[in-house]
Amino acid sequence: MGIINNVFEEGYVTTTVDSFLNYMRSCSVWPMTFGLACCAIEMIQYYSAPQHDFDRFGTVPRPSPRQADLLLVAGTLSKKMAPIVRRVYDQMPEPRYVIAMGSCASSGGIFNTYSVVQGVDNIVPVDVYIPGCPPRPEALMFGIMKLQEKIRKERYIRKEQ
Amino acid sequence: MEAEQIAKMIEEKFPGEVTGTVSHAGQIGVMVKPERIRDICRFLHDDPALRMDHLADVTAVDYSSYPADKGPRFEVVYNMISTSFRHRIRLKARVSGDNPRIDTVTPVWATANWHERETYDLMGIVFNGHPDLRRILLPEDWVGHPLRKEYPLKGY
Repeated sequence: MGIINNVFEEGYVTTTVDSFLNYMRSCSVWPMTFGLACCAIEMIQYYSAPQHDFDRFGTVPRPSPRQADLLLVAGTLSKKMAPIVRRVYDQMPEPRYVIAMGSCASSGGIFNTYSVVQGVDNIVPVDVYIPGCPPRPEALMFGIMKLQEKIRKERYIRKEQ
Repeated sequence: MEAEQIAKMIEEKFPGEVTGTVSHAGQIGVMVKPERIRDICRFLHDDPALRMDHLADVTAVDYSSYPADKGPRFEVVYNMISTSFRHRIRLKARVSGDNPRIDTVTPVWATANWHERETYDLMGIVFNGHPDLRRILLPEDWVGHPLRKEYPLKGY
């Protein structure tokens, strides 16, 4: 976006369609929260507690995958739960993003055993990995902002460079 | 009632079924033969002086990695509590490793249903007469019983 002075009347802003669309999309990333373990408690702290207040980034948690842009997988994914995560991901409309919150969702964490999926990237494509056991709410906030940066770099009308 | 007295009562009621008692940290475990486990449990549940109305847990132990142990491979463990008298007892029954089977106690305590399903799921003990013996924790198409000692911890 840019502001050109002394060309138009005051209050005009020039931008590209892509930047405009991406800016709007990055500021309304509605997460489908998928709390699986202790990370879910930190996630709830992030989006419902007044100290951190998720909503100011436009991330309003949605209870339905049909209304969500982001799948926020928080916690240890067992092999029994894996098909359900995949189904929720498949039910989300495109474009869709995935954040793996915590060591367990990122890599299986300390649970290197027969029953735990070793990272949700075995099941769904992950955009942002957030380390921590569990991550602090600030780390989750940073992960969301990283995802917003990624969304702002996407291209629809402009050609790929 | 003290656990020793309860163990004595079981021994008097079912002579020949009790093979011994083990004591650890003040807790008494009564070793019984597996054949009449349901009768023993029914007695413990119904007897007016015992009234073991709460089955706290059913689980199993795999003794295959104990070189000193010469008994059958598995041990099914029943922990029960009387909420009226506040006393508790533990029953242990050894079952063979080739065909681990024991009668269900679901008719005595309904809660045994899921406990026994868990024991079947993770240890592979079959409970005769169980109304719905399916896996409960692992996916239905899982192969093997992970709490057995020969099951690898990782590599799946």
